Formats: sequence, structure tokens, C-alpha cells
Amino acid sequence: MKGKLDPKRELKRWEGTTLAKVLNRFPERRENFKTTSEIELNRLYTPLDMQEFDYSEKLGFPGEYPFTRGVQPTMFRGRFWTMRQYAGFATAEETNKRYRYLLDHGQTGLSMAFDLPTQIGYDSDHHLSAGEVGKVGVAIDTLGDMETVFEDIPLDKVSTSMTINSTAAILLAMYIAVAEKQGVKPESLRGTIQNEVLKEYVARGTYIFPPQESMRIVTDIFAFCKDHVPQWNTISISGYHMREAGCTAVQEVAFTLADGIAYVEAAIKVGMDVDSFASRLSFFFCCHNNFFEEVAKFRAARRLWARIMRGRFGAKKDASCMLRFHTQTAGCALIPQQPDNNIIRVTLQALAAVLGGTQSLHTNSRDEAYATPTQDSVTIALRTQQVIANETGVTDIVDPLAGSYAIEKLTDEIEAKAIEYIDKIDSMGGVVKAIESGFMQNEILNSAYAYQKAIEDRDLIIVGLNEFVTEEEPLRDILKIDPEVERYQKEKLARVKTERDLSRVRRTLEALREAAEGKENIVPPVLDAVRAYATVGEISDVLRAVFGEYRVS
Amino acid sequence: MIGERKIRVLIAKPGLDGHDRGAKVVSRGLRDAGMEVIYTGIRQTPEQIAATAVQEDVDIVGLSCLSGAHNHLFPKIVESLKEKQAGEIPVFGGGIIPIDDIPGLKKAGIREIFQPGTTIEEIVRFIEKIVQR
Repeated sequence: MKGKLDPKRELKRWEGTTLAKVLNRFPERRENFKTTSEIELNRLYTPLDMQEFDYSEKLGFPGEYPFTRGVQPTMFRGRFWTMRQYAGFATAEETNKRYRYLLDHGQTGLSMAFDLPTQIGYDSDHHLSAGEVGKVGVAIDTLGDMETVFEDIPLDKVSTSMTINSTAAILLAMYIAVAEKQGVKPESLRGTIQNEVLKEYVARGTYIFPPQESMRIVTDIFAFCKDHVPQWNTISISGYHMREAGCTAVQEVAFTLADGIAYVEAAIKVGMDVDSFASRLSFFFCCHNNFFEEVAKFRAARRLWARIMRGRFGAKKDASCMLRFHTQTAGCALIPQQPDNNIIRVTLQALAAVLGGTQSLHTNSRDEAYATPTQDSVTIALRTQQVIANETGVTDIVDPLAGSYAIEKLTDEIEAKAIEYIDKIDSMGGVVKAIESGFMQNEILNSAYAYQKAIEDRDLIIVGLNEFVTEEEPLRDILKIDPEVERYQKEKLARVKTERDLSRVRRTLEALREAAEGKENIVPPVLDAVRAYATVGEISDVLRAVFGEYRVS
Repeated sequence: MIGERKIRVLIAKPGLDGHDRGAKVVSRGLRDAGMEVIYTGIRQTPEQIAATAVQEDVDIVGLSCLSGAHNHLFPKIVESLKEKQAGEIPVFGGGIIPIDDIPGLKKAGIREIFQPGTTIEEIVRFIEKIVQR
């Protein structure tokens, strides 16, 4: 074309002249540059990288299939993402106080952390709960605790996300029961339960039952919510914990979507129409340090999920193809050395998540390499989101990095590599088989080990850890959970047990056992049991007796 | 020396915590450093860990806990080893452990606590120093 330069020839020219001259005198910092997923990065991306690029096929428009550019047409011009700080510790009373504090300071959604006994279905007085009560989250034994957590918080006004998996049916039932007491109907409740057991076997470890039985509970919850709690996100298909366990960005996309495929298949298998539940599926990703890879990861995940839902499952509604997700910044990227630097890491990760089009966000606190964060640290973390939202202007353009040669190329490469993994998992017979054979666990461990080696070999520099190290006083102002919490919680449980109607508890637990043994949905009998103040442990024990327990061989 | 016994290490996850990245990465790193490593998997009681340590005839036990239950669990393992006449097996730990908890844990017989950011090399050096050959 006359008057227009040929980019290919121009690139060659530049490489031979301007670039070559500089490289001769000043070699680059390293021989090759790679992302965490071993994607080799070019020095420069140009229109040559986008020659095959079909805009409507790859990107389309925001709010439309394949949703690469975002799930809403106006994104953050309409409203900001939900600022949702994961919180919960010690007792129901203290958690209630922290929630009210966060809501008073402009947080827009709640995110509930439970202690491990609650997550694994043991009461606070169980011998295996010793030392764990009220740590990592709030202890919930009965409906009484849940009533306290949400005292003076109107459940029709907030949305609540609960990080609860194996015991998700019980905690969701308690939430519904608290709402009933507030006079709020289940159909107006908004929120999410994680309810994502597959990744528990791979990475997080709070499984109770074997995979098949766990999937039965998951699909029972899907079916119950479809009819009774229609605004509820019935699952949060989670890559976060696998990423925290050490996997790469590509593995995070691949393993998360592979889990997603398994849930969709399970629901279809029990007779649900894909378009009747798919729009209530939500996702949960991590946001780590490698900025562009992370932005591209979110875009790739959205596009790939849309294609899977339409291509593989024949979803007809657009809403079924929409990957909506929550993001949490990377806990594993935080270090105890020079802890204030963690604020900077979190800021950058949060920015990548926003540029990737997240629906909600949790920003970690600077002191989380030490303990559950203090209120001051949590406030800084929340303010970080508010600064990004209100001051930087990045929220004024939808998907602003689209069209960047580098970002689009990375998005393509992440998608392609994730597809390779998903094909491999398919060829192994699906994700449950892959988990049973330890495939994903091994892949994650290999990546985690490589990351550790890279740090120790100083191939990867972490400021304050293996470079720019200073002598310093360790952070001492951290949150301490009073050991008395355990005693207090046990007393409270004992009191509830004496006040409740025991014959009603027995009757409802018996009804639950019958439902679990048969094919009936277990959520309604769980709801009856929590209304009768049956404990998390009692309800879990009934299910353990019917379903058995998972043990790693 | 021919036939010299490799250092045998038990890496264990006491309590309900499922965060096993650290335990697994350290296990692999110690193996790469020439040690024999037995990893218990998650959700072990203190008694189970002590029993495994004795049964496997290990030279040292490493504990990992990120749930905040370390003050309760770690000393229990030391006690349980003593009850099994294996009190000489040294115990160390790591995880999310506040600095202020470290003196108490050491007093309870935990030889060392490693914080996030510790290198495998540091742990290897510690073990080689402490295990009496």
C-alpha cells in the first residue's frame, strides 16, 4: 500500500538496526522473560501478533457473548465492584461487631469466615476441635450463634458470601432461618455459598464425605435454591485455593473450569436443565503479582467458560455463559518481612483484578503473614479498593486494556494452554478421576516447588525477602484470639442444648437421615433441624453415618 | 561412609488445618537434600503424629500449622512423644505463627519455629545441626 509502512519489514529493520545496536552494548536483564505459567514473553508485541485476530469472535462487546470484555455493558461506569472483605473470628458477638464496623465504613457486602470445626462439621466441644475454636473464622455451633452474627444487620439489605463447603447446606439453612426470624423471605436473600467440594480434595482440605456423596449435596443445594432462594449464588467455583497451594495462572484457569464442568455435568445428570441453574454459578479467583498475566487470565477465563457452556453444554441463555467472579488478592504473596510492603503488593494485585473485570474483591491485609488481621490493617485494605475505585480513573473505561497487542496475545495463550489441560483431564475421565489419581495435586506441587526454588535461586526477586533485605523489628501489634473463646463457646453450646426441645431435634435429625438414605433433597430436612437448634456437629454426624467419610489413601 | 543412614524426617500436619503447601514443599526440598521424608498428610492428632514418629524411627519431627492452633497442638506432640519414651526426638515447626508465641513454644520443647519466607536451605542446615549422628 502506498504511503503505509509494511510492519513486517519495519520490524525486521528495527531489529537489525536500532535494537541490535543497543543489545550489543547493553544486554537485557535476562536471556528470556517468562510468566508464572511459563509463557515466554516477547520483547515487543506488534500488529503482527494480531494478524489472525477476529474482533467479534474473540472479544465482542461487554455484556455479550463471549464476555471477554466483561459481563456487564457498562461495568464500573455503572457501579463499582462489591467491596467484600472476608472476615469473621472468635465469637459470634465479635464477628457481628466487625461486620457492623465494615458496613459503617462503606463496605458493600459481607464475607463470612468460619473456624475449621464449623467447616468440617464438628461442634466446639468435640475433641478434634480443641485449639481450633474461633481461629481462622467464627465458631458456629447452632442457629443461636448465627442469630448473633447477624444481629441488627437486615438480611434483605446486604449480600453475604460464606466460605463454607462440606457443611454449606447447614450454614445456608441457618442463614435462611435467621432471615425468617427477621421477617425476610428466602427469595429476597442475596449472597453466595462456596459449596465447592472438589477443590477441597485438591487443595483446601475441609472435605468430610467422599466425592460422589459430596456432589449429591451440591446438586441438592442447586435444586433447592432454584426453587426457593433464586437470587442466591449456589456455588463459587474456586481457583483461589489451588493458586494459594502453588499452581500457576494457567493451571488456575484450567483446574477451576474443569471443576466447573464437573458441577454442570452432575446437575444435568440429576435431571436439571442447564439453563435453569447455570446463571447462579459463580467463580472465585486469586490475583497474584504478575500483572499482565493476571489481567489476561480473567479475560481468558471468561471467554473460555462462555465457549464451554455454549459449545459443550448447549446453554441457550447468555446468562448461563457468563463467568461472574469474586477475586481475592494472593495471600501466598504476602511476607512477614517489611510488612508494610504488602500494602503495595495488594494494591497492584487489586488493580489487576479491577482491570480484569472482577465482580467483587477482597484485598488482603498487610499483617496476614502473621495472623488474622487487625481492624487497622483491614481498614487500609478496604481503603485501597476505595482509592482504586474513586481516584485512579481506571473505572471510567470498560475493559481498558483490550486491544493491547500484549494483553490480547497473553489472553489467547492462557486460553490455549488451559484448553490443553482441560483436554487432558477429560481424557483421564474427568476431574473426579483426575483428583483420585492425584494428577492436579501433583501439578500444583510441582509448580509450588518451582516457585520456591526460583526464590531461593534468586531467579525471582521478592523485595525484602531475597533482595533489599533489612534488619527490622518484627510486627507485634497483631490480632490475638483469646484462648477463653473456646471455653465461652462450649458453655454457650451447653446452654443451647439444655434449652432446646430435644424430641424435636431427634425427630428432625431422623427425617434428615431418611432423606439422605433415599433420593429426597436433603436441604429441607436440614432446615428443619437447624430451626430446632440441632448443632452443626449433630447434623454432620447424621450425614457421616449415611455417606461415609473421605480418607486420603 | 558406606551404608550411612540417611536422616529420617517426619513432616506432619496436626489439627484440622488443610493448608499443606508448606509441608509438601519442605518435604520435597528435604528429600532433594538427601533426607528420607515421611509426610503424614493433613488432619493428624498429636497422638497419631507421635505414634508415626516412633513407628518410623525418625530422627526429627517437623510440624506445620497455619490455623492458629499451634499453641495447643505443638506442645501436645512433644508430650505425646515423651509418653512413648521418645522424648529425645527433636520437634520443630512452621506456619503462620506470631512472634510472641515463639518463646512459649520453645519453652514447651519445640526446638525452632520457622516463619513464612524461610528457605529450604535454612531448614536443612538446622536439621543437620540438630540431629545427633
